[in-house]
Formats: sequence, C-alpha cells, structure tokens
Amino acid sequence: MPQILVEDLAKTYRVAERDPGLLGAVKGLVHRRHRTVEALRNVSFSLEAGELLGFIGPNGAGKSTTIKILSGILKPDSGTVVVNGLVPFADRIAHVSRIGVVFGQRTQLWWDLPVSEGFDLLADIYRVEPARYRANRDELVALLRLDRVLDQPVRQLSLGQRMRAEIAAALLHEPDILFLDEPTIGLDAPSKLAVREVVRRLNRERGVTVLLTTHDMHDIEALAQRVIVIGHGQVLADSPFETLRANVLAERRLIIDFAHEAPDLDIPGVEVRSRKGQTLELAFDPARTPTPTLIAAIAATHEVVDIHVGEPAIEEVIARFYDLHGAGEG
Amino acid sequence: MNSAALVLRYFSASLRSQLQYPGSAIMLGIGAFLTTIIDMLAAWALFDRFGQVQGWGLGHIAVFYGVVSTSFALTDFFTRGFDVFGNEFVKTGAFDRILLRPRSPALQLVGYEFRLSRFGRLAQALLVLFVGAAVVGVDWTPDKALLLVWTITGGVALFTGLLVLQASFAFWTTESLEVFNVLTYGGIQAAQFPLSLYAGWFRNFLIFVVPLGCVAYYPVLAILGQPDPLGAPDWWLPTAPAMGFLFLAISFLAWRLGIARYTSTGS
Repeated sequence: MPQILVEDLAKTYRVAERDPGLLGAVKGLVHRRHRTVEALRNVSFSLEAGELLGFIGPNGAGKSTTIKILSGILKPDSGTVVVNGLVPFADRIAHVSRIGVVFGQRTQLWWDLPVSEGFDLLADIYRVEPARYRANRDELVALLRLDRVLDQPVRQLSLGQRMRAEIAAALLHEPDILFLDEPTIGLDAPSKLAVREVVRRLNRERGVTVLLTTHDMHDIEALAQRVIVIGHGQVLADSPFETLRANVLAERRLIIDFAHEAPDLDIPGVEVRSRKGQTLELAFDPARTPTPTLIAAIAATHEVVDIHVGEPAIEEVIARFYDLHGAGEG
Repeated sequence: MNSAALVLRYFSASLRSQLQYPGSAIMLGIGAFLTTIIDMLAAWALFDRFGQVQGWGLGHIAVFYGVVSTSFALTDFFTRGFDVFGNEFVKTGAFDRILLRPRSPALQLVGYEFRLSRFGRLAQALLVLFVGAAVVGVDWTPDKALLLVWTITGGVALFTGLLVLQASFAFWTTESLEVFNVLTYGGIQAAQFPLSLYAGWFRNFLIFVVPLGCVAYYPVLAILGQPDPLGAPDWWLPTAPAMGFLFLAISFLAWRLGIARYTSTGS
C-alpha cells in the first residue's frame, strides 16, 4: 500500500455572502445568502515512501484544501484518504505525530522565545525521548546551519533564518512525511537555495517523503521528481517533471528585430505573440516548423537586424496549461 | 511528558517570554490591583450611606466579592488563549497549527499564556476576602478552610466554562465575542451581593443559567455560618459549587461541536 493514498476526494465549502457596508452586515444577520464553492472534486493520487512531489496550481485551485485534508485539519465530504495506514481526520493525534508541516506564511515557533527553547518545548509536545531529541536536534542544527541563531528570540531572525528554523522545528519528532506549503515565499535568493538544498538532502539522505506546494517554478525544477498540476479542484496532470517539461517546453520562441517596422507575417503553424515597433515575437513548434527553415524564410523576404531563439518561461507555460483546461484563477 | 507536566513547561516558557519585558508585567500587575480596589470603594460608598441592607453589611459583601473575584483571578491566569481565541486563532487560521500537534487543543490553549500580571487582581481579591472575613468574625476552622478551597475551585471551573463557551462561539462567529465580558466581569459585580437582594428572575439566572450564585452565595453562607434567608436546605449550601463543574462539562460539549464544525468547514 502506498504511503499516501487519495481516492475520489471531494470537498465543497459554503461561503456566506454579504453586501458591503453596514446595511449589508445588518441584512446578513437576518438573511444569509450562501454560495457553494467546489474546492475539490474527484482528486486521486498516491505517493510512495521517499518520493518528492511538487504540487502546483493557482490560488484557489485546491492545493491548500488537499494539504489540510492530508494533515488531518479538514474532513473531506467524500472519498478516501489514508496516510501511513491512518485516516488523518479520524486518527488526528496518532497521525500528526508522524508528519511535519511547514507553512511558509505562519510560524510554529514562539515569537519571544529563543529558537532552542522553542525546540525544547516542541520535543515535549511531541513526546520525543530526550536522548533521541538531542541527537536529532544537533543533526538538524548542523544541517540547517542554525548554531548561530539558537540563542536568539525568533522575532529577531531574518526570514531566511526563520524558515530554516521552521523546517528544523517540523522535523524534531522525526516525521516520515514533510508537507511544505510555500516554503520559499518571500525569501531572498541565497535563502531559497539553502532551503532547496536542505529539502533535497532530507529527501535523499533521510528518506523523508516530501509534498511541496509552491508558486516558484524554480523550486519545482530544483526539487520535484514528480509534479501534480491542480486546477479547479481537479488533478490536471500527474507526471514526472521531465515529462511535463518536455510537453510544455516543446514550444520555441523567436524574437526578431527588423531594420524597418515589423511586418505582419502569416506563416502556417507560427503564432505571432507580439508586434511592437521593429520587434516581432513568434511562437512555434520546432517539430513541425524547423527553426532554421523559419529563420531562412523570414531573412529571405525581410531585412533582419537580430534574431533570438528562446523557450517560454515555465510560469507562462503553466498559465497557458490552465487556460487550456479552463482552470484559471477564480 | 504527561499533560500536567506539559502545561507547567508551557507556563515556564510563557513566563520567560513575559520577563523579557519585566517592567511591563509589574506595571500591569499594579494596575490590576488598583483598578479592582475601585470595585470595593464603590461598595464601601454604598454601605457607608445605608449601613446595612437586609442585614448584610460591608464585611459580608467583601467576603462574597473576595471569593468570586479570587476564582476569576485564578481563572484569568491560564485562560488567555480562550479569551482571544476568535481573533487570534480562528480568524488567523492559527488554530490549524494547534490541530497539527499531537495534543488536545484545550491543553494547548491553556498553555498559550500564563498571565503574570494577574497577580495584582489575585492579591486584591484575597486581601478583600480575608479582611471582610475578619470584620464579620469568620473562624477559619479546617472544615471552613476546606470549604473555601472547594468553593474557589468550583468558581474556577465556572469561569473556565464561560471562557470555553466564549471560545466555542468563535467557531461560528470567527470573532472573539466581547459580549461575554458581561457574564464574566458583570458576573463578579452581580455575585458580590447576596442573591437574596435580587429579583426572582435574576436569582434564577444566577442559579440555573450561569450558576455564579452556586460558587459564591450558597457556599459563602455556609462559611459565614448563616442559613439561607430564602430557605435553601442546609446540605445544598456546601454542595452548590459542584454546579461550576457541571457548567464546565456542558461548555466542553459546545467546544467539541465547535471543533467538529471547524474540521468540516475549515474556517
């Protein structure tokens, strides 16, 4: 049996709506209108121990709902969810002892307490045996380079230091699974690299299963072996990262600077993405329209100053992927 | 680590973070002492003018007030988490973090803060209680001392129940309901006067709905060695504080409903 098994998971929320302003608030007291939001419908996937899965999707796509159900905070309307052989919402206490969760936006440490005291308290909360706790803490402190911040109150840490402390805090009780929700949000470049390095090592060296949600495609590129794309509460794609990349990166971009105003080209299989002044941006599939052929054809009929061949940014490709499935924001 | 030991660990952590600003804790404590003294000044002004009301004097009032105020001060030390629950936990989603830890949510909320500044209120309440008892001539025999402890324990249970109930409502409203202060702070004001002074409906409210009378009026009569002017049986007087525990138990039922709602709606 896989470590995480999710089958036909569905969840709808009832959201109370009210008109703005004082009058709206009063009306809301008397008569409440409700809107039903389908957060998840028929989500299924499974994860084996030791996998590193990236979870991507726009806001409101169902990422957070899925993480909340997997971590036992939320009960699904229907469907099956089994993690480590337990049903998270039914066996909450046994379940949460075996998982670690990091929310990029929220701290789990004590703002006014030194990092080390927060760790001590967490070890007591999770009933970690003292000897194991000390060994584990020392290892994490070395791995996450926390020795210099251990005695500082959490409120004095930089965001990058705090995020490393958060990850250590989530691992003190040696969970088999780590949920990371936007772990690099707001971090500077070196801190992002440090966080990615740590997650990779935890996964490879300690065999921790990692489920990561992020908006940062570089996180996914650097870490995830497998990616699930979620939109409108459904799994749109579930494939190894390389497959996803090959599919979405098949497209090429051609940016041409002309000596004159950019012409309005009409070539079959080639899409004009933008035409501004003397610059033209084209999108095409190199399998159908070989790049040299296209360049030769344009250079033969127009005076070209410069040519640049590129790939679309992965963010843009994912966004188009959503458009294709009608699963944009909102 | 068992739950009781963990609560102490939480408290020691909370004390250490408050002692990062020791001046603030001390000033808040002194402030609480002074503001609550004003409660007694008001009662003093009243009795200075009228002498006695239905045979009750200022000393009696001080004992009633001291008992209920001691219960509240003790409750106030460890219920901050419930008091701010709506705004600090439900609205912000911080309750998710509580559910992610392998301990009961109520225990974690108790551990949220140990309010050092409440020593001011406790000192004032105990002072008023024992000065009042001396004025009316209470002889502190072991059984009366024990009855006092039992009464205050029942009071702590009742006030804790009120705060748990207040927090439970936040699962539906997402706001901390200030209206509950009417029952806690207002309750102290109401319970400092003997129940026999009140109109019937209000008396019933203080016995059957929010049983403040059961953790102040009745047991204090037993401590004072007086029968109930309204005719409650003698066995009832020292038994009444048990109502505080009943109230607490009912509050926890509401709390469980609230958590069930939270985990099914996620808000």
